Amino acid sequence: MSIWPSPPPYSLVGKHGVSPETGHDDRARFNFLAQLNTHLATHVLPGNARAFEQRVKPQFVKEMGREPEDRHEVRKAMLADSHFQMWSALRRSSMELRQQNGRAVVLRQLDELNAKAAALNRDSTQLRLDPTLAIPAYIRKVDFHCMPGGYITEHAAEDVSAAANYDIGIFATTGGGLGRYNDGAGHAVAHWLQTHASTLKPKRILDLGCGLGHSLLPVAEAYPDADIIAIDVAAPLLRFAHARARSMGVNNITFVQANAESVREPDASFDLVFTTMFLHETSSVAIRRILAETHRLLKPGGLCLHLEQAQYAGLAPFQQFMRDWDCLYNNEPFWGHMHELDLEALMETAGFSRAAMFQSKADAIVDEAIFGKANPDVEDYGRKATWDVFGVRK
Amino acid sequence: MTSPNSGPQAAPLDWIALSGAKPSGKRPYFLDDPAVERVLAITLAIAQEVAVLRERLDTVERLLEASGGLKRETIEAYVPDPAAANERAEWSRMYVARVLRIVQQELEALSSPEKNIELSTTADELGRT
Repeated sequence: MSIWPSPPPYSLVGKHGVSPETGHDDRARFNFLAQLNTHLATHVLPGNARAFEQRVKPQFVKEMGREPEDRHEVRKAMLADSHFQMWSALRRSSMELRQQNGRAVVLRQLDELNAKAAALNRDSTQLRLDPTLAIPAYIRKVDFHCMPGGYITEHAAEDVSAAANYDIGIFATTGGGLGRYNDGAGHAVAHWLQTHASTLKPKRILDLGCGLGHSLLPVAEAYPDADIIAIDVAAPLLRFAHARARSMGVNNITFVQANAESVREPDASFDLVFTTMFLHETSSVAIRRILAETHRLLKPGGLCLHLEQAQYAGLAPFQQFMRDWDCLYNNEPFWGHMHELDLEALMETAGFSRAAMFQSKADAIVDEAIFGKANPDVEDYGRKATWDVFGVRK
Repeated sequence: MTSPNSGPQAAPLDWIALSGAKPSGKRPYFLDDPAVERVLAITLAIAQEVAVLRERLDTVERLLEASGGLKRETIEAYVPDPAAANERAEWSRMYVARVLRIVQQELEALSSPEKNIELSTTADELGRT
């Protein structure tokens, strides 16, 4: 039992060498949003199921003589419901406030922040940027989770602002669900590996779509002797990730600007390849190419893991519809397609054997002395810090 | 897409306008009247700023109480201990619930239809029985 409230105050969020400075009111804004999002998830979101069962579905049945068959029919019907409208309007507005708050902190100290990152990155051989890299359309065209400018926009030379804004706001969106350093997923991967693959002693590890490296650092710390390559297409993320890792004393990662669809590494050169919340931000063609790359890059006997929210197959249309909210309303346009793909079939096409595939669950692992345990009864579809693990051995 | 402008003649960044920039993609509006939803967005921003004011005032009060004197930097550096954090979180929970009271009441109407009967219906009933 934590002595702190849930969500805890923003002042407990971990600091590192490229953390933006926050004032009292900045922290108070994030405290408000964490409370607001917790309230919405706990008290307002459950009303959608009630509205669906009590008035939306009966009306649909009355008009059509049958229940809605898929999430699209549920959506069409729910969009006319006053409770769903109000919850959605509040959730969307909360996302927009979060972006404005984070950007206001970061952009007003842009030069100082970029200088801090540059000082940590200077002359490093472990940050390899490629300004000639073609940015794939699915990253170029989408401002994910309503981040103006997405991952790649630069307001100055050596800009890290997109990444810094991403980093400081995760607390508000998840109510602290990912822990002090937003690394609850990384600890979950490290714990999963040590529990389920204890004989694996990886010499080389590859993280595809590493972002800020926040889900990678716990894995890098779990295998301090491993040589780790982390790739992403966005230079602002990589600059920030490298500086952040350095300042936190993690030195066994090389951050490389590259496209996960074609990684310039030799065949069979990694013992472990993994992604965390990455595949849903790609595209239909790209995901197939990325899975093929994981097969090419893995050594025989090597392990591949993907962490994502649960797939839609087997879920009731209403559950699918709720999980799909972020797809259309929080700028995650591939989310819906990705969650209805048969990932096992895709991995088979990529060259893996079905017999070598497995699925399991992983919950975020956070410092419970501060963050307490997540309430298992609160389901904040698509936001909850619990994932499905899709794995395969080559 | 990218526009590095850190040269010596670069205009200073308008961080206020940039903070509130619109993300790509058409914004979804959920309420029947988009104007009402815009007012909701403005109201929520004001609700946030009231929470910020309340938290700042709470800090001022606690620091004044503790020391008898106060500097602005002390407010900026203030971090709550567990007891203060719990009191503030309690206030915040009540505050959000207060602001979103109408949403709670609409939900209660949905879950307890027997307590959501038109007054005219009850009046008719009482007139008849």
